[in-house]
Amino acid sequence: MASWIPLAALMTALLLLPAGAAGIGPKQAEKLEHLVRQDCGSCHGLTLKGGLGRPIDRDRMRQYDREVLRDIILDGVPGTAMPPWRPLISENEAQWIADYLREQRQ
Amino acid sequence: MIRVLMVTMMLLSAAIASAADRVVATGDLGVVVERSSGSVLIVDQSDMASIARVEGLGDLSHASVVFSPDQRFAYIFGRDGGLTKLDMTSQQVANRIIQSGNAIGGAISDDGQLVAVSNYEPGGVRIFDAVSLELVADIPTGSKTIGLVDAPGRRFVFSLWDAGETWIADMSGEVPQVQRFDDVGTNPYDALITADGRRYIVGLFGEDGLTAFDLWSDPPEQQKILANYGKGDQKLPVYKMPHLEGWALAGDRFALPAVGHHQLLWVDSRDLTEVARTDTHGQPIFAVSRPDGRHVWVNYAHPDNDTVEVIDSQSGLVVHTLKPGPAVLHMEFTPRGHQVWLSVRDGNRIEIYDTRTFAKLGEIPAETPSGIFFTARAHKSGL
Repeated sequence: MASWIPLAALMTALLLLPAGAAGIGPKQAEKLEHLVRQDCGSCHGLTLKGGLGRPIDRDRMRQYDREVLRDIILDGVPGTAMPPWRPLISENEAQWIADYLREQRQ
Repeated sequence: MIRVLMVTMMLLSAAIASAADRVVATGDLGVVVERSSGSVLIVDQSDMASIARVEGLGDLSHASVVFSPDQRFAYIFGRDGGLTKLDMTSQQVANRIIQSGNAIGGAISDDGQLVAVSNYEPGGVRIFDAVSLELVADIPTGSKTIGLVDAPGRRFVFSLWDAGETWIADMSGEVPQVQRFDDVGTNPYDALITADGRRYIVGLFGEDGLTAFDLWSDPPEQQKILANYGKGDQKLPVYKMPHLEGWALAGDRFALPAVGHHQLLWVDSRDLTEVARTDTHGQPIFAVSRPDGRHVWVNYAHPDNDTVEVIDSQSGLVVHTLKPGPAVLHMEFTPRGHQVWLSVRDGNRIEIYDTRTFAKLGEIPAETPSGIFFTARAHKSGL
């Protein structure tokens, strides 16, 4: 099962993204997608179906507002293993990831 | 008479030659997990080369491997609950089942007859016949289950992330006997067993310190160790859980990754007290001792995972730093320690280093490689 997403699909996903994640170019988007799959994936699973961390699949992510998701990514969830990513990524990048999780192909 | 002997010898040598053509010795082979493509490479340590790629193994993020005692079969534990039995001699999948929805690791019993898998979903351990992969025992725990190791006496030991417990499943009799130990600590994230099978040490994410079991005492005794490490210090974010694989025993001390601190902890192996700390480049993930124990090699969590540090076990000092490339996920020593193989995930390659000169000896292309497992693990408890 290949987990990479064809470029065309990635471009489509980018076009679908709301304006909040503006300023993220295709190259940066590719890096952020890699971060989601590989590094978020070390707890949430490469396919994002969960591991030590809970699933972050599209259906579950759509139950949250995009700003709430962005803030969880930036500040973590105290009392759990979800760390704050603020030291490593910008608010804009976090918003892109939040939107990506809500729009991702299954 | 002499002619008969010569003909016999010729026939014999022909038979040996054709048998030799078919022989695949597995003692210097290994398996490299390609985590994104659901495939593995079978690698040859002596040739520093990949000899086959086997595909179709499902979601291999966080996959791990154990080997049958004859080093013929590799058992590959996938994230998606896949359990694959790979024949190293034919480079073919011998058997494959999906045994759960979400798995985290596995172990093989000391007699090689049972393969156990720890699962997140449904939480628990399932134990299979190593030949047929038929279910032998199902041990639900109601919790994400981590730190599964084999222990001498056909036993498996594992811990419960949600419940903070350690269980010992004794498979030596007709019916599995399970001993449960509570108050192990908040959120055990991984565990290790020492090579002598005596100590099972549980890392805790949710509190300071670790919990150690003495499996030589009957019943096993548990004690909190290193309870004060990190006390009072602000914990740093943990972007990847450390692994407590193997027993980085270096003389009379061993090394453990600190959680939430950029430090390696040195522990006295006799009384399990802290003897020293080494400040490190990042959050340690693996701290693996070179087989002779002289050096400990350490890799790090994102975003510091382009770096590997080599730490002298006697002085606790960093003696060498390597920058192999983006995302070094795992390190595996050759059994006698002359080489170390590193997986460089984002560089799509395995790098091979001389462990004494630190010179790079070779590279093997691999798709997003993670775990590297040499067949020598077949003969080590807890691996």
